[in-house]
Amino acid sequence: MDSSIAIFLAQDGILNGSIYALLAVAFVILFSVTRVIFVAQGDFVAYGGLTLSALERGQTPGSLWVLLVFGIVAGLLELGRARGFGLRQRYRAIILAYFLLPCAVAAAHWLGMGELNGACRILLALALVVPLGPYIYVIFFKGLANSSTLNLLIVSVGVHWVLTGVGLLSFGAEGYRTNEMLSAVYQIGPLTITSQSLSVIVLTVAIMLVLYFFFNRSLEGKALRATAISTRGARLVGISAESAGTRAFTMASAIGAASGILISPITTLYYDSGFLIGLKGFIAAIIGGFASYPAAVIGALGIGLAEAFCSFWASALKDAIVFGLVIPVLIWRSLLSTHPEEE
Amino acid sequence: MKRLLNMLPLLAALPVSATAADVTVCVTVSATGPAASLGIPEQNSVQFLPTSAGGANIRYIVYDDATDPTAATRNARKCAESDKADVIIGSSAVPTSVAAATVAAETSTPIVSLSPINVPANVNQWAFRAVQKNEQMASALLEHMKKSGVKKLGFIGFADAYGEDWLRTITELLKDTGIEIVATERFARNDTSVTGQVLKLVASRPDAIIIGGSGTPSALPVTGLADRAYKGIIYQTHGSATADYIRVGGKAAEGSILPVGPVVVAEQLPDSHPSKALGVEYTKKYEAAFGKGSVSAFGGMMFDAGQLISAAIPDALKKGEPGTAEFRQALRDGLENLREVVSVNGVYTTGPDDHFGHDERSRVLITVKDGHFQYLPL
Repeated sequence: MDSSIAIFLAQDGILNGSIYALLAVAFVILFSVTRVIFVAQGDFVAYGGLTLSALERGQTPGSLWVLLVFGIVAGLLELGRARGFGLRQRYRAIILAYFLLPCAVAAAHWLGMGELNGACRILLALALVVPLGPYIYVIFFKGLANSSTLNLLIVSVGVHWVLTGVGLLSFGAEGYRTNEMLSAVYQIGPLTITSQSLSVIVLTVAIMLVLYFFFNRSLEGKALRATAISTRGARLVGISAESAGTRAFTMASAIGAASGILISPITTLYYDSGFLIGLKGFIAAIIGGFASYPAAVIGALGIGLAEAFCSFWASALKDAIVFGLVIPVLIWRSLLSTHPEEE
Repeated sequence: MKRLLNMLPLLAALPVSATAADVTVCVTVSATGPAASLGIPEQNSVQFLPTSAGGANIRYIVYDDATDPTAATRNARKCAESDKADVIIGSSAVPTSVAAATVAAETSTPIVSLSPINVPANVNQWAFRAVQKNEQMASALLEHMKKSGVKKLGFIGFADAYGEDWLRTITELLKDTGIEIVATERFARNDTSVTGQVLKLVASRPDAIIIGGSGTPSALPVTGLADRAYKGIIYQTHGSATADYIRVGGKAAEGSILPVGPVVVAEQLPDSHPSKALGVEYTKKYEAAFGKGSVSAFGGMMFDAGQLISAAIPDALKKGEPGTAEFRQALRDGLENLREVVSVNGVYTTGPDDHFGHDERSRVLITVKDGHFQYLPL
């Protein structure tokens, strides 16, 4: 193994690692705000990439029907749950967010928004996938807000299987790749960098920065952090835990769909690709103790690099090694931290 | 629904109840479930099978086993017991085929499997195949390697039974040929990157690389190799001979070489190829019914099964009435003694030790050129 191979592997590792990092951050956001370990996080990646690919081929992506159905179910549930003052206003908001929004996205698709240009197509793909996050929260998790973390985990495994099955139905069993949006190639010494992979890393950093400022500077971000620290305390000062949940899920699905769109020109995505990508983000989140964002990001890059080098040295054992790494990390973490009593 | 409509002309052509002289062929294919991409063209092809042989009408009954071995067992039992099938065709995948063959042997009914199954001797006695072994396919690649002067071969395959079987097959075939495997790498169907494996392959400087994968995932190493500017030959297996492979592989897939059943490129075959005439005719009929470019090797296997059975029927009719144990025994003996039966995926000559019956005429090489598969003469 010479230095140029090492550089190539490192480049590949950082590229994959930055996608895992995005997902790890989404895992941490969701867990800290809603206590949900959202196994289905990776499915948003597959949905995002496959939706964009369907739009590119001029087809109606299956996620459109998923969006309409989930929107209507979530909307009906919300109408049933609405109580208290200002009912009429609340009904109006629900109809807008759950019935009219999916219809508007569908209308935008049928009016040909996806055929305008690349940017419109990506926006449309995001609009088709991102609302699924809050809808899933409303349908599956909102009613369970007070149950144990274990219950929430079991439900999220169920949601993962639902999304995978629906994905097979809507996108088919074959893999897809999207066209490269950027085709420039830079040559630095022995290193070849494609602008597509560079854009993945740049956008990952940008998304991280936006999240950083959102959580530290904006009122809504601070409200989410407050909910993460103490739901009851946040409620006492007038922060609704439920709207915090909706927001956290929106962010998670947005991060997932964006990751899918970023990697879809680089790799082939399948309806069930999300699980393995998500699992690696999940392990990175574990390295971060499901609490620390920087630790999760560093863990994600570490997993990406470990994976790249393992695929060079022992490709048959790659996944075994990568997932095996989690054991020493868990031992180290449990030695370091003092655990609060089980709930 | 479309599939159902396609079956209508077939149903209409058949008598409602079997007369004494009708031969009953019972089909179980995986028209739904994970093997549906194989089962659907197989089911579609039933309507093109011969409707009479040796003066007897042939009646077809079609069941779907949903790629589920339990359902395949149930279907096979229904075939043998309530339909009084004289012969069974099926199934599409290995597990379902093994299940159906086990029932067939138990009820002393001959079966033509569309999947390359390995079964114990007592089951094998009744089981025939209308599909090529991997060895058959790999030997075509080997011939090409010898012709192109390949000395060092790299292998990258699925980390599952498919990849393992291809590696084993290739390793055995390469013995004493002077061709050496210089790198053996694995990848998973769902991997998002094979950069590491590709770097290692390229570093060992092989003249050719064989990718032991199937379907769209086998395009990933191809694009990876193109990114590293690999200039050698790329071989794929017949599992990748689908339009989806070309779609996903794009420019990188150009020039890669695959072994396939002759029916895939029937129109491009030289006139001397025995399968050409039948293959072109079948392709025309199939594409007229299911759209241009829809023909695949899998539908061809079903067609082959029909040819084998109709070749064995005339002699069997002399030994017994359809519907009796004697007829089934005679049909089995006939399927074991086929001589030069021509069909769309090759020419079959079977024997007690060979229930596949294929020779080198059962596979051809194709290459990807300008986004289409092109026949590559050896």
